Amino acid sequence: MSEAPTTVSITINGVVHEVEAGQRLITAAEKVGEIIPRFCHHDKLEPVGKCRMCLVEVEGPRGKALMASCTLPVSDGMVVDTQSAVVTKAQEGVLEFLLINHPLDCPICDKGGECPLQDQTMRWGPGESRFIEDKRTFVKPIHVSEVVLLDRERCVLCDRCVRVADDIAGDPLLVFQDRGNGVQIQTFPGEPFSSYFSGNTVQLCPVGALTSVDYRFKARPWDLEHTPSVSLVDTVHSTVDVHTSRGRVIRVYGAENDELNEGWLSDKDRFTFSAIHSSRRVTVPMVGEEGEFVETGWGDALDSVASRLGAFLPAEVGIIGGANNTNEEAYALSKFARTVIGTPHVDAQLGDGLDPHFAAAVTPRAMVSDLDRASTILLWGPDIKETHPVLYLRVRKAVRNGASLVVASPAGTGLDGIATHVVRYRAGSGSDTLRKLVAGDGDLADARAALDAGPVVGLVGRSSLAEDPRLAEAVAAFARTLPDARLLTLLRRGNVYGALDMGLSPTLLPGRVSTEDRVSVAAIEDVWGPLPGDTGRSTMEMFAAVLEEEIKAIILVGADPVSDCPDPDLAERALQQAEFVVAVDAFVTHSSQHADVLLPGAVWGEVDGTVTNLEGRVQRVRPAIHPVGQARPLNAILDDLSYRLGVELGAAKPEDISSEIASVAPAYLGVTFDHLTFEGGPDGTLVPIRGGTQPLGFIPVEISVPVVTDRMTLHLAPALYDDGVWNRHAETIASLVRPAAARIHPRDASVLAVKDGSIVLVADRFELPVVIDAAVAVGSVVVPFNHPDTRGIAATPSVAVDAVRSQA
Amino acid sequence: MTDPILTRRMEEHPSDSHTLARYEATGGYDALRKALREMTPERLVDEVKASNMRGRGGAGFPTGIKWGFLAPSEPRYLVINADESEPGTFKDRQLLERDPHQLIEGIVISAFALGVHTAFIYIRGEYPKPARRVQRALAEAYEAGYLGSDILGSGFDLDVVVHLGGGAYICGEETALLNSLEGRRGEPRLKPPFPAVAGLYAKPTIVNNVESISNVPWITLNGGDAYAAIGPERSAGTRLFSLSGHVRKPGNHEIVMGITWAELIYELGGGIRDGNALKTWIPGGASAPWLVPSEHLETLVTIDDVAHHGSMLGSGAIVVMDETTNVVAAAHSIVKFFAHESCGQCTPCREGTSWLEDVLQRILEGTGLPSDIHLLLDVSDNISPGLTWPPAMTTICPLGPSATAPIVSIMRWFRPEVEAMIGEAVIGETKIGEVARV
Repeated sequence: MSEAPTTVSITINGVVHEVEAGQRLITAAEKVGEIIPRFCHHDKLEPVGKCRMCLVEVEGPRGKALMASCTLPVSDGMVVDTQSAVVTKAQEGVLEFLLINHPLDCPICDKGGECPLQDQTMRWGPGESRFIEDKRTFVKPIHVSEVVLLDRERCVLCDRCVRVADDIAGDPLLVFQDRGNGVQIQTFPGEPFSSYFSGNTVQLCPVGALTSVDYRFKARPWDLEHTPSVSLVDTVHSTVDVHTSRGRVIRVYGAENDELNEGWLSDKDRFTFSAIHSSRRVTVPMVGEEGEFVETGWGDALDSVASRLGAFLPAEVGIIGGANNTNEEAYALSKFARTVIGTPHVDAQLGDGLDPHFAAAVTPRAMVSDLDRASTILLWGPDIKETHPVLYLRVRKAVRNGASLVVASPAGTGLDGIATHVVRYRAGSGSDTLRKLVAGDGDLADARAALDAGPVVGLVGRSSLAEDPRLAEAVAAFARTLPDARLLTLLRRGNVYGALDMGLSPTLLPGRVSTEDRVSVAAIEDVWGPLPGDTGRSTMEMFAAVLEEEIKAIILVGADPVSDCPDPDLAERALQQAEFVVAVDAFVTHSSQHADVLLPGAVWGEVDGTVTNLEGRVQRVRPAIHPVGQARPLNAILDDLSYRLGVELGAAKPEDISSEIASVAPAYLGVTFDHLTFEGGPDGTLVPIRGGTQPLGFIPVEISVPVVTDRMTLHLAPALYDDGVWNRHAETIASLVRPAAARIHPRDASVLAVKDGSIVLVADRFELPVVIDAAVAVGSVVVPFNHPDTRGIAATPSVAVDAVRSQA
Repeated sequence: MTDPILTRRMEEHPSDSHTLARYEATGGYDALRKALREMTPERLVDEVKASNMRGRGGAGFPTGIKWGFLAPSEPRYLVINADESEPGTFKDRQLLERDPHQLIEGIVISAFALGVHTAFIYIRGEYPKPARRVQRALAEAYEAGYLGSDILGSGFDLDVVVHLGGGAYICGEETALLNSLEGRRGEPRLKPPFPAVAGLYAKPTIVNNVESISNVPWITLNGGDAYAAIGPERSAGTRLFSLSGHVRKPGNHEIVMGITWAELIYELGGGIRDGNALKTWIPGGASAPWLVPSEHLETLVTIDDVAHHGSMLGSGAIVVMDETTNVVAAAHSIVKFFAHESCGQCTPCREGTSWLEDVLQRILEGTGLPSDIHLLLDVSDNISPGLTWPPAMTTICPLGPSATAPIVSIMRWFRPEVEAMIGEAVIGETKIGEVARV
């Protein structure tokens, strides 16, 4: 068989171009500098040819014909005219048609100034209007969802929003209604456009028809400054463009990064920023006095912290958090802990994650874009629609392009609908199910067979906080035996992978170095000086040690374990009992409220540095605004604190820390700001780069995980809109938290004699309405994690569920 | 004159031509027996190709050649377009209502020829009685073993499903019909792919008109050559015309093509009502440009002759207008229809057709502007560049360009009347050719 030619020769306006075969004409022309106007066309969406703006003349057997260049694949010898009189008249005609019923309210339209309709009218439109009839009117705006509004008069019916919602997000909730000149975008009655990805429609709308509640009427595009950055609401690290005006973040747009988000964002990526400017933000240092916080100055606050910390033995201090900071801040914290304080007790995970070696150094590790090339995807972990929504989009895309998908989970996930095989297991019995899957037993034979088609990408993590973290390792051990398998672990918190890579873990040092690796440890000691000899404790071990009075002081860095760990009561008691708690945080949280000193930390949008995502990709985050109030970046706080403790930390400036990381941390050797700017490119850089080394390679091996056998087992499921600190303080997001419920299988409902809406008592403490759901494994109860109605619930493997009463 | 092919039975047995008993008593299903027992699918396709029959739905594409495009993959479907929605067309209604078994026999033979095991009949929702008749006939055919599994012991299986449309003109366009059949919005699809490659449920699909398939039993029994021998070479066979408007004898007439328009209107149609003079006529449905007595009475009624004069035989709907007709009102009525029936997916049709309607409306109301003549032609030109025939399109499908046909027609043949309605000093320089290069 002969190979298909990879390029074809086409003639555009008399000039011959060699272009890539298989593309649409509009794209090929754009790449050689011939811009053809368009509204409905979008590179990431299936062509529909609806707006007719991109008509060009193409020579055919029967002479030149007008054709839509967005639907026409290039072919060898194609002769195209984009500027003929016929084309020009057709383009002017289409623009006139689009404008006759358009309100032309540009002066009050959010899109004015960045509007494809405005821009293309100026460039390709007719000079004046001949339409003297009444324009079409609709009631406007209408709320298509809690966060998106629709002005049907401005709409040009390009179908972009419908396609994004349907094809990309899998939420077919926007539809065309009516016909002819009455056609409009609508939602189904009683079915709002409740999509985790609704904001993408606003960004993609080529006119001002779709607006978001948080940006509407807030700014004019020409007043906005743009700062390229990275979203930190989950570990995917979607590339974004941060738009600011007069010192405030106004809007976040998705940026094209074909390795990651391909321009898409989750609504959480897009709308969380408003917490930065929350009136509840902590903007000055405060000291706790008799249960109240009293404002103080930075000097006094740091003096007080230094003198109190200086009174403890090094190993009596525990440091928790750092997963929402930059790599530079995390490195400074890691170095501060081990060299200034001298404690090995430092952990960025909150007992909800995985073995740090597994997460930081799983081998072979996948890239997100490996999903595009996978024949089979195995997802055994959390519902990534809730925890990693942009990764969910990438999996959807892979399945759309033909990959098979095997999903294993104790309850229904967002991907079940498109999965080739769904493996359902009772929470706590995963190891049993894994053994059957490995053996291809019984009803798992088909799923097992599907996994034999490589390349395989395994996405593994804890399906819920109540699940034994070792199960994920056991799954990974199996997954890596599959053909051409690569693995991604699914930690969820912000920059947790960067924090682990910087050594914010009891068993890791910067650059993916195990604390057991004497040679690499010695190399770091050459720069840092001697490291503490004791074994470090994890977060949950630190809390236990506080109760044992082995740890007496806790430093909390942007962490809220009281609402966000598997044993909130333990966390709360430890923070109450600790002799001294200092918190660096942006808010008073359920945890930082226990601080003796609360230091206002600068946050995403305010800090400069780098971050690392779940595949090990380093990208730059940039300051879009100055820190609010007196908030300061963590590294600067630590640098001052170290000075007061008599040590030079050298962490005043992110670029200096970055240089130190690039020379000290083996996996990050050479990864300087300059490298990222000049060599890494806009998609970021996978570490280690050439010249770097990764001392630690974690090869998951079979591991035995006990099976829980109680009557009801707990699936404590993370949700996208939980009661996390940032969600709570971002107005747009806070309104989206759904009511809590206890989801159980119909069989368990009949055992408990409850129906939909009945109230059950979960864990002897939480009254929750029942939702009967056949997608839940028999014997498991699904309860939302970090929800106001389940605050304090412990992630125990088994749980009591009792009927309370039936609702009338 | 050749004997009628399609309407013979209903003419001879008007009371029960739709029943299986009458159908069988008049040679019904003999063609099916012959096809299943004596002929191969390939042979049947060859006979239909040899017949030179051109599709009776409107486009006039040769049926046998269309069949030849059907991609080989399975499953594949046959869909009968019974959405007869072109204004002025009511021929398929008669075939459905009065001789449903003729269609069903044609479907079974065609399905056998095409290797199809599921066929659909998409009937317009406004045809409840024809739909009932077809449904009843299907039940009879199943009962008698002409449908279902192992038809007449041949081992060939076929199921036929009747689907009623929701009331949209555009669903007569074959790809919009397929969308509608799939439960989607009735919007024409982008072509390629053509239905023969990826049609219903993205499978190879042939969409044929009721009249086309109703001819298949006759072709099977008598051979493609015999059919091709009827009438002019490129307009073979008989054809059912729906004659309406200001003629004395409106109705369906099955004739051999090749007579003149004068013969058709004055002999078949009995001439113009009330002794009035003929003003103009639409030769092939509302989409077709109009013809006029001063130019076209001696033109032959064939697909190619009408095309040569810048119009089309289309669906065979002939609408005759006499001297009392206000042509602006007539054009407005047709443009209003197309604006109402536009699916709305593409810009020029959605916005342009309703704009044209508004301008015609204002001329009718006596508030037309001198600039409206140019505006009507220029807006039309932006929907159908050049205002040529067959139409060029800025649209996805020909519906938008169809709405320009009556405007071009009145501007070409009756421009003084339009100017008179506007009344004031029309910008007289504007000619169709200036904007439209006709």
